[in-house]
Amino acid sequence: MLKSQKNKYTKEDPLEHDEYNFAYLDEQTKRMIRRAILKAIAIPGYQVPFSSREMPMPYGWGTGGVQVTASCLCPTDTLKVIDQGADDTTNAVSIRKFFEKTANINTTDDTNSASIIQTRHRIPEEPLKEGQILIYQVPIPEPLRFLEPRETETRIMHALEEYGLMHVKLYEDITKHGHISTAYAYPIKVEERYVMDPSPIPKFDNPKLHNNEALQLFGAGREQRIYAIPPYTKVISLDFEDYPFEPMKAEAICSICGSNSSYLDEIIINDKGDKSYICSDTNYCEKRK
Amino acid sequence: MYVAVKGGEKAIENAHRWLSEKRRGNTDLKSIELKQISEQLFLSVSRVMAEGSLYDKELASLAIKQSSGDLIEAIFLLRAYRTTLPRFGYSKGIETDNMICSRRISATYKDLPGGQILGPTYDYTHRLLDFKLIAEEEVHNSKEVEIDNIEKLSRVSEYLNKDDLIKRENNTSKQPKDLTREPLELPADRSLRLQSLTRSDEGFLLGMAYSTQRGYGRNHPFVGELRIGIVDVFFEISELGIEIEIGEIEITECETVNQFMGSKKEPPQFTRGYGLVFGQSERKAISMALVDRALQWKELGEENQNAPAQDEEFVLYHGDNIQATGFVEHIKLPHYVDFQSELELIRKIRKDAQKSEK
Ligand SMILES: [Zn+2]
Repeated sequence: MLKSQKNKYTKEDPLEHDEYNFAYLDEQTKRMIRRAILKAIAIPGYQVPFSSREMPMPYGWGTGGVQVTASCLCPTDTLKVIDQGADDTTNAVSIRKFFEKTANINTTDDTNSASIIQTRHRIPEEPLKEGQILIYQVPIPEPLRFLEPRETETRIMHALEEYGLMHVKLYEDITKHGHISTAYAYPIKVEERYVMDPSPIPKFDNPKLHNNEALQLFGAGREQRIYAIPPYTKVISLDFEDYPFEPMKAEAICSICGSNSSYLDEIIINDKGDKSYICSDTNYCEKRK
Repeated sequence: MYVAVKGGEKAIENAHRWLSEKRRGNTDLKSIELKQISEQLFLSVSRVMAEGSLYDKELASLAIKQSSGDLIEAIFLLRAYRTTLPRFGYSKGIETDNMICSRRISATYKDLPGGQILGPTYDYTHRLLDFKLIAEEEVHNSKEVEIDNIEKLSRVSEYLNKDDLIKRENNTSKQPKDLTREPLELPADRSLRLQSLTRSDEGFLLGMAYSTQRGYGRNHPFVGELRIGIVDVFFEISELGIEIEIGEIEITECETVNQFMGSKKEPPQFTRGYGLVFGQSERKAISMALVDRALQWKELGEENQNAPAQDEEFVLYHGDNIQATGFVEHIKLPHYVDFQSELELIRKIRKDAQKSEK
């Protein structure tokens, strides 16, 4: 009540006052989330249920990632936020601003100098290093969801390590299309145990999940799940011996920096529909210019 | 050359400035006051409090004002605020038997102790636009409406209880789980289901309830009793060992009486569905009761008809409008990267297909 009284009659932005705790969430909530994170790290690839809170941004817009970030942040951290690989996409800007206001921490575009990176749909091109945390926003954490809509069923399938359905799906893809027709959110197996959804990153990024030096955390707010890939963890993308996994990107080079190895966005440059390609990772591109 | 949109920050700022101008509208007109909203749009306020899970008329009015009348947006504002509030504990269960009713009707008994009290209702109004309201300046209502029934009204289901005709619902001493503090895990017990239903989207519940009436999990309901009124809320201060009244809230409660022919588990008897909602919200309370009853098929040993309203996972996972609106609307966020990878895949598959045709 008291809090509302104060808020209600001041004109300034309530987030800029000491109305909210450091990084928005109260300490008890952060503790609950940290416990979930620790459990997730202890069981790589396992989806840990947690009591997701309503955040001041909508579900599906990064609330899971934001809650994990809020629970990991210390005042000394430097935060980078990207969406689609870029620091200046609208939702990345909005989340970065949120933490600038509520946690008063330093932010950066530089992949190398960030201690925590929150991302949607990409892994930075520049290799991550020990001590860094990469936090993914996850819309649908369950890799088996589109094969089996029921959570009660999929949890049993994970418990029994019953992943036949997934292999059948991939096999059917090959018989129908000659390829596995999953281009993003490509399923992986973590430490030879749990099949996991790496969030909707392009499968181009999948190899970076493996043996990564950084801690990778995944937060799904609406679905109330947290999971993790600890540093130096074995991650394989599901495939078949005769149809090995292949990462994929546009066969072109960046028209700004000339990179031929980074993931590219296709852009339409005129009304005729002519195309050009630029790095999706804006910080990587910037540094190479 | 064209470079992908930069300056997201500036764009967001401008968009928000524009929005706040639009929200205010024509400045020749007075800004709408919170009191006007809570007094004259009280049914909107009821809905926002119920689905926002926070009983505060003033804050709900503020949320409605701030969201330009978009009630789901208002509910979202209230929920996001609510989640930051510290918790001192849980109140005692409210005693709806002691409700001071402004409305109380039963569709199962023509007359009963305490009588039928119509109260302020849109029922039986003719839905004709009242053009007098265009010019309305002051209220012309001469007579003050008085609530004269402050005595305790006995409960319709109690009459059936006495004759052992309705399934008894036993009090459990078990502390119910708190949906806002623990992740939803299935199967959910009834108290958790009811918690979820009471904050579910009114439209979603209405559709679900309607589907049971049209045969998807039919459960033959009668409105045993519907009451709207004020109840006191008590809080126990365990350190002092005393119970204090911390306020009063207006609620709508609906108990349905449902036909039940018996099963292997239960004898033939009436069963009940239960709805309880903040504020005045009959549509929601009745819908909730129907869906609650449909979800009880397992406990009662009824047949699973595979009806959507019987499906606990389906109902509980999809009724929350804040989760739903966020996820449905998130597809307007950029998906360049995923779309690009789909583009590459489709090109590759097409190329292969063309090759094999030749
Ligand atoms: Zn580049």
